[in-house]
Amino acid sequence: METLNALLSGFAVALTLQNLLLGFVGVTLGTAVGVLPGVGPALTVALLLPATASFDPTGALIMFAGIYYGAMFGGSTTSILLNTPGESATIVTAMEGNMMAKRGRAGPALATSAIGSFVAGTIGTVLLTFVSPFAVDVALKFGPAEYFSVMVLAFVTVSAVLGSSPARGLAALFIGLTIGLIGLDSQTGQARFTLGVPELLDGLDIVVVAVGLFAVGETLYVATYLNRGVDTIEQMKGSIWMSKDDWKRSWKPWLRGTAFGFPFGCIPAGGAEIPTFLSYATEKKLSQHSAEFGKGAIEGVAGPEAANNASASGTLMPLLTLGLPTTATAAIILAAFQQYGLQPGPLLFDTQPELIWGLIASMYIGNVILLALNLPLVGVWVKLLSIPRPLLYAGILIFATMGAYGIRNSWFDLALLYGIGLLGFVMRRYDIPVAPVLVGLILGPLSEQQFRRALAISQGDLSIFVTQPISATVLAITALVVIVPQAWRLVRRMQADAIGHHSPI
Amino acid sequence: MRHNDIGAGLGRALRTVLAGLALAGATTLACAADYKILVPAAPGGGYDQLGRAVQAALQANKLADRVQVNNVAGAGGTIGLAQLINSSKGDGGALMASGKGMVSAVFINKSPVTLANVTPIARLTGEYEVLVVPASSPLKNMADLVAAYKANPAAVSWAGGFAGGVDQLTAGMIVQAIGGEAGKFNYVAFGSGGEVLAQVLGGHVTVGLGGFNEFAGQIKAGKLRALAVTAPARVPDIDVPTLKEQGIAVEFVNWRGIMAAPGISDAQRDELVKTVTQMAKSDAWKATLAKNEWVDMLMTGDEFRQYVEAEQKTVLKLVNDLGLVKR
Repeated sequence: METLNALLSGFAVALTLQNLLLGFVGVTLGTAVGVLPGVGPALTVALLLPATASFDPTGALIMFAGIYYGAMFGGSTTSILLNTPGESATIVTAMEGNMMAKRGRAGPALATSAIGSFVAGTIGTVLLTFVSPFAVDVALKFGPAEYFSVMVLAFVTVSAVLGSSPARGLAALFIGLTIGLIGLDSQTGQARFTLGVPELLDGLDIVVVAVGLFAVGETLYVATYLNRGVDTIEQMKGSIWMSKDDWKRSWKPWLRGTAFGFPFGCIPAGGAEIPTFLSYATEKKLSQHSAEFGKGAIEGVAGPEAANNASASGTLMPLLTLGLPTTATAAIILAAFQQYGLQPGPLLFDTQPELIWGLIASMYIGNVILLALNLPLVGVWVKLLSIPRPLLYAGILIFATMGAYGIRNSWFDLALLYGIGLLGFVMRRYDIPVAPVLVGLILGPLSEQQFRRALAISQGDLSIFVTQPISATVLAITALVVIVPQAWRLVRRMQADAIGHHSPI
Repeated sequence: MRHNDIGAGLGRALRTVLAGLALAGATTLACAADYKILVPAAPGGGYDQLGRAVQAALQANKLADRVQVNNVAGAGGTIGLAQLINSSKGDGGALMASGKGMVSAVFINKSPVTLANVTPIARLTGEYEVLVVPASSPLKNMADLVAAYKANPAAVSWAGGFAGGVDQLTAGMIVQAIGGEAGKFNYVAFGSGGEVLAQVLGGHVTVGLGGFNEFAGQIKAGKLRALAVTAPARVPDIDVPTLKEQGIAVEFVNWRGIMAAPGISDAQRDELVKTVTQMAKSDAWKATLAKNEWVDMLMTGDEFRQYVEAEQKTVLKLVNDLGLVKR
């Protein structure tokens, strides 16, 4: 009841003309930067930060949050239409959604991600409103051992994104794991594989790698192989709206994706990528159309898209209640708080109730605006495909270049971007999937650090992973994920055998 | 054709955005900035906050017409340091935010350039480190922590930021002061102050280290207990006993300040010292300090140059003792 009253007063703050306007600007800008590959919400908020120093903090933070979750909506559009993830959290969408688009189902793909994002965003905000204190307590129970076990689970489920050829997928995964080793080891401060280049000391920026592999690699590929002959753009076939069957196949993945995304947003280093992989793997397992996966299954778009949006709402929970940024964008929003002399933490709910509840209320409104921006305009986004390819890819290249250079104004990142772009091109040419590279690059360093932290704390005792209850549970789930499908297959075969050898002995 | 209308509209919108971006870029580049402040870190961190606060205070006091802030992140600030040294030699308007972390990063990263290559102007702010445990921890004060360490050194895990950062330096100094070996204590490095906070609150590590401001909210809320602060004497607003009070002869301050380019003339240097001192004594700067809860640590000119030299020696010895620099 107390929460409801607080939320109502929050709506009073969020519905003032100024805050409504800033929220609208935020989500629109967010959608735009989400659509543009290489320009992410973290970069955008960072660029806007100095300009908003004199703003009212509530309004500015409403705008920044809008940019953040707006980008999750927009990121899917690029993924689906161009096979280039607008955000690292939409890598999975790029695989499955783009296949749908190639089969002339761009409309339903965009619709299921917009509606899924809305559903997840709204549920996420409701959760943020009501379970913040509880979820923070759970997040605090995650030490290094627990994190490592979650990473193991993520690695096992990653096999779902390896593509059609396990050998090629694993090769790509190991490329990612290897380049993930580059940089200073944070436990000992020793440089690894940096070849004496100071720019490599911080490791490869995930944004540069993602943009290089997808945007630059794809552009080179298109320029090399697809510029001859007729343009291959598929004409829109049938309705851009979701059919009854699409709805039936989407609503469960939306809810399951939300269930994956929100908790991962809450835990530090959880982020939005892992839950999208988990969601994708789950949908592939559960779907009755699992043969369609990899060729454009709507479940593979609906689930991950819901997951990344729910994760964005989840991220705000530890940020507001603990001052704990769990993603790059959250870290910059934290800097925004500090710019106004505010320190997020449990006390913030008492000292700045207007700001906190105004911000939360603005997210309900922002999600509705985003649905309106993305759903009726789905047709407009689809029209993006009719932009002539040379112009479109030139534009992508410009934004990718700007984005990579903007990270730290360094020519080195540009050289890296194009070097990795070349790698992406070669991989594409030889049909090696690029998504596993990113999976390895994200999960590899995280799991290594958590593993070593856990062992440092346990003084080298490996049993810490099975004696901690949460860690043990997660590992048990991992084992089930591996064993159950095999066991199931075995049982089925035995049944088949039993039927086959029906005749009594 | 409706399709084309929409396409043209989008194209127009895109062009407007691009033009706006180009314009924004052009205005920053076109004006001859009186000062350029190089921030050797990404937006949002300590160096960035200092650089932008100096920018605002210089402008508020009309000490400069234009001040441009430029972020060059990477390798603990040593990439920015190298850039200042290589591209701004003799430029009296080129400044850089710097601090204790950079002193250490130079050694850890085996940087070919060091703070000896730049012209120190002023130390401006500082932040003390605190040692925190969860409220439920049996450790009530430093004596308890020391006893736990002496009973079983490896069982005490010290959580803080990146290896060789200010948190590990602080922990190393404390371990040395209580008779332990700096190269052999159980330091667990985490990615950010936020992660350290969560690990301490969750009770996964014995003790956490970080800047006071990072933990202030949780300390005031009673969820964390501060065992000690690294200040030389009790600090107003920080109701935590010092290490010295508890018989451990360690003080530590994570200072931040402003450096100028190498190769500038004495006159240029004196002018910069004068300007920065004027800024640091202004009301606008005092308000900034209060808002960010930064400790005023103004020290300028020769005194600051000697301080930086001494800091480099102390930190070099410490990172060697900690076993962080392998030769």
